[in-house]
Amino acid sequence: MTKTAFPPAIKSRPVYGVLEPRAGTVHLVVADGEGALAVTDLLARAGEARGAMLAAMHILYTPGPNGTDMWAALEALEAAQAFRAPTIPTLLPRLQRVLADAHMGLQVYLTGTEGLMGQAEREVMVTGFPYRDIQKEHRGSTVRRVQCVHCKGVTENVATDPFQCSHCGLHLFVRDHYSRRLAAFQGVNIDAEEPGNVPPPVVRFT
Amino acid sequence: MSGGAKLAVRVAEVVQVNALIRRFRFVARDGAALPAFSGGAHTVVEMDDHGTRRLNPYSLMSDPEDTSGYEISVRRDDQGRGGSLFLHRHVTPGIEMVISNPINLFPLDVRAKKTLMIAGGIGITPFLAQIAQLSRHGGRFELHYAARSQALGAYMDRLTAAHPGRVHCYFDEEGQQIDLGRLLSMQPIGTHLYVCGPKGMINWVLGTAEKMGWPKGALHHEEFLAPGTGLPFAVQLATSGKTITVGPAQSLLEAMEAAGVDAPYLCRGGACGQCETNVLVCDGKILHRDHWLTPEDSASGHKIMPCVSRFEGKTLVIDR
Repeated sequence: MTKTAFPPAIKSRPVYGVLEPRAGTVHLVVADGEGALAVTDLLARAGEARGAMLAAMHILYTPGPNGTDMWAALEALEAAQAFRAPTIPTLLPRLQRVLADAHMGLQVYLTGTEGLMGQAEREVMVTGFPYRDIQKEHRGSTVRRVQCVHCKGVTENVATDPFQCSHCGLHLFVRDHYSRRLAAFQGVNIDAEEPGNVPPPVVRFT
Repeated sequence: MSGGAKLAVRVAEVVQVNALIRRFRFVARDGAALPAFSGGAHTVVEMDDHGTRRLNPYSLMSDPEDTSGYEISVRRDDQGRGGSLFLHRHVTPGIEMVISNPINLFPLDVRAKKTLMIAGGIGITPFLAQIAQLSRHGGRFELHYAARSQALGAYMDRLTAAHPGRVHCYFDEEGQQIDLGRLLSMQPIGTHLYVCGPKGMINWVLGTAEKMGWPKGALHHEEFLAPGTGLPFAVQLATSGKTITVGPAQSLLEAMEAAGVDAPYLCRGGACGQCETNVLVCDGKILHRDHWLTPEDSASGHKIMPCVSRFEGKTLVIDR
């Protein structure tokens, strides 16, 4: 499994690259699900620097929304530090704690689903670290984290379009319009003009 | 008109700061407030040097919120093209001058959790304004300032008195050097680095930071280049239908202006990108001296920055 190919979209929609080894004093890796494979590919790309990179690597991992759990592969790397959280919400406090003590020279590598990368990016961004220098590679599930623009509630792991807001119950059209601040796509009421006229949901994100 | 709107000012004060540096204060001729600016901004000072028109950029060093006047500090450069000598020798209080509106190519990233400043010599000037701005808003900063000697360390007294513990001074003549590796290894995440000074210092600081894994987006530098001298060369201006000759001590931009061509510019120091011009024919070698064009653009031979770059060869035709 390799990097996910997304169709072209509006400018607001995030685009992802391929993780490349960079000079740094600490290599902070945050991954979920199939992102574990991007981590092993990254280390393969490091060549002779692989050992030195692992000796300065801190990995935070959680299984993907589709249940994929490749923790064993990451644990076997014997990085300087590795931590498995059961879920994204339990991974984030750990990430905040790591960032609180971090110094410049840190390299940040995010990989896996958009929900994980977006929320980790937000934690890194609020430290003042330039977001353009955070590397991101998409792997695995394409389900989306969507904010209802009406009630502001966020629904995780949205697979269909339209979908029903898990907070206020409105039927929402999933836009490519993305907010780095919220780490979420925007969902807009689809039957505002004609209440009840809701197209059948289509599975767009898997 | 190129270069943006102009400000009609009068020189209110000239102060000899040390053996090499003079400070000039400009106020509006009509007594009105000048536009507010942000720390790191510069102004382009227009000079009529006995028939030669000079436009040189200088960083604004006064408090950005003080709109009653602007201050610049100018280091006398005896080997330069003459702008600093003109200011030192001929500009006295009461003289009327024209300067550009402030332009900021070296602004503070206010998302930073900490601002680390490294200054060499006269490179201190933008930091004086930035420190005033950060102090007002409670921003965390640390300044490392190297000068040749205590006598040439302009404004060190003022800075160390106002910000004890945050300002660190180094003197070349006393063999002191910034312990850069150690300094850069100690900075908390979210620190942004700013460096202004001689080219060698900028390259040393940026090169060391990149090797230590500092992200590009957290590295900021400013260096105004003087256009530099060279062999005279001829240029065809395709749009204006003119052929001009650029003199040895003249820039291509200045030669175009002397020929009555209104070419765009802002910084006149190879930094801002405003004067970027397409090259239509190049039979020879463009001597790129800016730090605006990407290495690919420079190598392509399709672009030139007329404010600082020159040409050697047979034919150069540009789209201006």
